[in-house]
Amino acid sequence: MQTRFFQIVFLSLALCFGFREVSAQGLTIDITNGNPSALPVAVVPFAYQGSSTPPDTDIGEIVRADLARSGKFKTLPKQDVVEFPTRESEVRFPTWKLLKQDYLVIGRVSDGADGTLRAEYEAFLVGSGQRLVGGVISGQRSAARDIAHQIADVVYEKITGVRGAFWTRIAYVTAVGVSPRIQYQLMVADSDGYNPQTLVRSAESLMSPSWSPDGTKLAYVSFESGNSAIYVQDLTTGQRQLVSSNRGINSGPAFSPDGRKLAMTLSFAGNPDIYVMDLASKSRTQITKHYAIDVESAWMPDGQSLLFTSDRSGKPQIYEVSASGGEARRISFTGQYNARASICCEGKQIAMVQGSGNVYRIAVLDRGTGQYTQISPGNQDESPSFAPNGSMVLYASSGESRGVLYSASADGRVRQRLVLADGDVREPAWGPFRQR
Amino acid sequence: MNSTLRIIALAAIVVAASACAKKAQVKETMDTSPRTETTTTERSDPAGRYSRGDLDTDACLRQRVVYFDFDSTAIRSEFQSQIACHAEYLRQFSDARVSLEGNTDERGSREYNLGLGERRGNAVQSALSAAGASSSQQNVVSYGEERPVDRGHSESAWGKNRRVEIVYSSR
Repeated sequence: MQTRFFQIVFLSLALCFGFREVSAQGLTIDITNGNPSALPVAVVPFAYQGSSTPPDTDIGEIVRADLARSGKFKTLPKQDVVEFPTRESEVRFPTWKLLKQDYLVIGRVSDGADGTLRAEYEAFLVGSGQRLVGGVISGQRSAARDIAHQIADVVYEKITGVRGAFWTRIAYVTAVGVSPRIQYQLMVADSDGYNPQTLVRSAESLMSPSWSPDGTKLAYVSFESGNSAIYVQDLTTGQRQLVSSNRGINSGPAFSPDGRKLAMTLSFAGNPDIYVMDLASKSRTQITKHYAIDVESAWMPDGQSLLFTSDRSGKPQIYEVSASGGEARRISFTGQYNARASICCEGKQIAMVQGSGNVYRIAVLDRGTGQYTQISPGNQDESPSFAPNGSMVLYASSGESRGVLYSASADGRVRQRLVLADGDVREPAWGPFRQR
Repeated sequence: MNSTLRIIALAAIVVAASACAKKAQVKETMDTSPRTETTTTERSDPAGRYSRGDLDTDACLRQRVVYFDFDSTAIRSEFQSQIACHAEYLRQFSDARVSLEGNTDERGSREYNLGLGERRGNAVQSALSAAGASSSQQNVVSYGEERPVDRGHSESAWGKNRRVEIVYSSR
C-alpha cells in the first residue's frame, strides 16, 4: 500500500516536472540506403544578414536535410560547398557545374518586423542558370524550423512537380521502461522528428493515433481505464473528450475526410464490427455486421467508402465497404495476411501489412495495376502511414532489439530510421498538410 | 503555446492521478479481503468442494493462465482441468467475479490482435460457462499484443504471450 502511494506521488511529480525534460527526447534519423537516380543539389548555407543575434537554427541545413531525406535528391556535403552566394548576382554557375550539381539553392536570413525572421530563397537550374523559383518566408524566431521546412516544400514541388510534405507533423507512441513500470506517451513531432511534444502520458498502453483532416485534433486509444477506450484531444487547447468506452473493444479511430465523423471498431454487441460515429450528435451507425473480426477502418478520400481488415475469409484481408454500410468487397488477394490499410493518392495506392509465416512487411498495392511493391525488409513491420503527398510511408518495426520507426519512399528504394534515445517507438501516423 | 502545454500537462496529471488512485483502491480492497473473507466464510460459505482460501492453496485453482497455439482460439486439452476447477469454484461462489484477459503475441497488426485477444477471452468464457459458471460472473477484456510477459521475438516468447489470464476481481 505504501509503495503504491509513493508510486502515485512519484508519478504526479514526474508528470509535473518531466514535461520539459521529455520534450528534449527526440527521434534521430539515419539514412539507411540511398537512391542512385537521386538528383544532385547543392544547398548553400543561408547567411544571417540581420543586426541582432544570429538565429540558433541553420535554415539552409534543414532545407538540405529535408531534400536528402526525401530520397529524390543527393545533396552536396557541407564541406564541399566552396562558394557562398546569397543572391543571384553572386552565383558563378561554372563552379557548381564543376561540382556536378544539377540544382542550386541559396538564401539569406534577415530581421523582419517585431523580432521575426525573414528568409529569402532562390533555386536555380545549374546547367542553364535558369532561376526556377524564389520567395520570402517570415516567421517567429522560435519557428525557424517551420520556415526552413516550408522553403524545402517549395523547392521540392518546383523540381519534382509534387507538393512537398516536409512542413507536416507526425504522431507516434513511445514506451519507455521495463514491465510493469512502462511509461507510455503519445507524442507529436515535426516530420523530421524534431520538436517532440508529449500529448498524453500513461502507465497503460496507448494505441492508434489518428489525425483530424485539419490537423487540430488527434483521436487515439488508451487503456488507462483498464479497458480500451477512444479519446479525441485538441492539440491547441489540450482539451480531451472521451468518445467511446463501451464494454469490449473500442479501437481504431479514423476521422472522415470532412472531419465530422469518426469510424471505429466496437465489440460490445459480441464481436468487433466497424461503426461510424457522428461527432456532433454522437449517434452511431453500424457499418459491418459479421461474426468475423472487423478492424482498422481507413476512409477513402471521397468519404464514400471505408477500407477495413477482416478475417471473414479465414485470415485477415483488406475489404472495402460503403460508408453507409452494406456488402463488403474483398480487395487484397495476394498474400496470406493483409492488414491495416493506409490510403493515398485518391485511393490509387494502399499500403498494408503483408504477412507470410513469421515475417510481416509493408507492401504498397497499386490498385490500377494490381501490383504489390514490398517496401520494408524487416520481420515484424506494421502500422504503415502515408505522407500526405504520397511520397513516403512511415511504419513501425519491432523485430529488432526495440521498436523503431522507418520512413520509406513509396517505391521502397530509400529508407530512413527514426530512433528514440531510449525505449520503443511505435504506432506512427503522418499528419495532414498544414495551412499557412 | 506554453500555456497550452501546461493545460495538456495538467489534464494528463489529473487523468493519470485518478487512474492510479482507482487502481490503488482496488489493491486496497484486495489487501483487506482476507479479513472480510473469514467473516463471509464463517457466515455463509456455500457447501461444496472448495473454500475461498483454496484460490491460494489448491494446485488446480492456482493455475490461472490458459495458453494458445498461433492464430488459434481453441482451448487445448491440457487446460480442461484448469477450466473445470475454476468453473466449479465460480458455480459454488456465485458472488465471485473474474476478468478474462485475452492476449496475443506480437506478430501482425496491433488492432487485429486486439480482436484476436478478445476471441481467446470469449473462448475461455464459453468453456467456463459450459462447465457451470455463470456468464454474469465473467468479464472479457482484450489487451491484444500490448501486455507481453516475454518481450523476446522467438517462438518461446510468443508461446508465453498467447494467453488468457483468469484474474479474480472478487473471490
